[in-house]
Amino acid sequence: MLDSIAIEGGFQKPVFDAQTVFRAIMQAMAEPGTIHRGMALAKPPAPLTPEAAAVALALCDQDTPVWLDSSLAAEDAVRAWLAFHTGAPLANTPADAHFAFSADPEHLIGLENFAQGSQEYPDRSATLVLQVSDLSGGEGLVLAGPGIESVARLAPRPLPRHFIRQWAQNHARFPRGVDLILVSRKGLAALPRSTRISSQEA
Amino acid sequence: MNAHTDNIAQYNFAYLDEQTKRMIRRAILKAIAIPGYQVPFASREMPMPYGWGTGGVQVTASIIGTDDVLKVIDQGADDTTNAVSIRAFFQKVANVAVTTHTADATIIQTRHRIPEEPLKSGQVLVYQVPIPEPLRFLEPRETETRKMHALEEYGLMHVKLYEDIAQHGHIATTFAYPVKVEGRYVMDPSPTPKFDNPKMHMSKALQLFGAGREKRIYAVPPYTRVESLDFEDHPFEIQTFDEPCALCGGTNVYLDEVVLDDRGGRMFVCSDTDNCEARRAEGHRGHLSGEEAATV
Repeated sequence: MLDSIAIEGGFQKPVFDAQTVFRAIMQAMAEPGTIHRGMALAKPPAPLTPEAAAVALALCDQDTPVWLDSSLAAEDAVRAWLAFHTGAPLANTPADAHFAFSADPEHLIGLENFAQGSQEYPDRSATLVLQVSDLSGGEGLVLAGPGIESVARLAPRPLPRHFIRQWAQNHARFPRGVDLILVSRKGLAALPRSTRISSQEA
Repeated sequence: MNAHTDNIAQYNFAYLDEQTKRMIRRAILKAIAIPGYQVPFASREMPMPYGWGTGGVQVTASIIGTDDVLKVIDQGADDTTNAVSIRAFFQKVANVAVTTHTADATIIQTRHRIPEEPLKSGQVLVYQVPIPEPLRFLEPRETETRKMHALEEYGLMHVKLYEDIAQHGHIATTFAYPVKVEGRYVMDPSPTPKFDNPKMHMSKALQLFGAGREKRIYAVPPYTRVESLDFEDHPFEIQTFDEPCALCGGTNVYLDEVVLDDRGGRMFVCSDTDNCEARRAEGHRGHLSGEEAATV
């Protein structure tokens, strides 16, 4: 039973679906705050969502250790599915991971626990894929920086605790730091480390 | 799926295997997140020699999809060897639509020019880069240049520009003119004429740079500050031309010099062939176009 769950639900058209998902992530990363739809191209076991699974299939493989938060790691089916479809090894600690997936971003460990890269090689850092329930309706975030003409807005929920303060610290470490990919049923958005975030009220 | 499948070996879509594409795609995402920083990547051998745009080809192959429309230019021209062969390569291995019209393209791979027509949101400009490290001719050791970028230590570059002024009275660098991206990384814009540097600033299009032999990818996201290095008393200036394009009469465009005979005859024509053709189609004429200007 477990085996059939693990091997089903990958991309229908692996080459073209991976390109579609990557292109959406690329545009999302290049223009923070934009929302890209139509990403539910995989059918993973819960609590991994189709959109987060599509990101994993598009970007992860045997070269990229993956860290799962406790709610994802607790599911044998999720681990088996990712292992079968991506071949990515599980990271022992968050600092070893190239990609981190969280189904429960509200209780995510601090961003500084993940690989930040070094000043010489800031690319050796983690990309965090957060499954959020919504990209609007949460606390309003005002975004500025590369990829944004003046300001962009996004209101994802739930977010890690003290997110704006955590993000200010992440941005202050530039060029080191982590990048976020936010996935929900409504679409996908990204927050690269270059983005400055303030709250709506401020 | 592919009109050519009967007579070629069965390559994957867009030539590269999927694992290579994933590796390049991850590098592209890091490059976008850290504008101007050179991300090392495991560059592959391509079925063309280094120097023919293997970096740009690998970037294009990793981002291109069936819906894309590809334009390839070589020094602004759609019809020179490098442009023609790379365009044919992607027609063969990805079966994508191609165009020479800047406005119709979703991906433009370029060797050393930025189209005259302003790029639009959603377009991707892919540069072929020979030497990605702007500090390389000043400091040959990669360990040192990497540390200089890490510490934001760019004094040496300003010394080089100053030495230009001391020797020539002005900054004599005319191509591969160094820029600073979003106030942080000094970046080589690839050997584009400095005429094109202002087009990179706050461009609406995503700009990706691929250096195949040197194994580096870097990027400038849309709406990103790209400032050419200069001094207060010697501000950055682009090239100017004394005469308009001899074919279309265009001004404020970058011109190529074409030698006409062995008695010193020469003409100056648009480097961007698509822009020149579009202007001539609109009825603009230069003094060597061989016909009178249409009454516009």
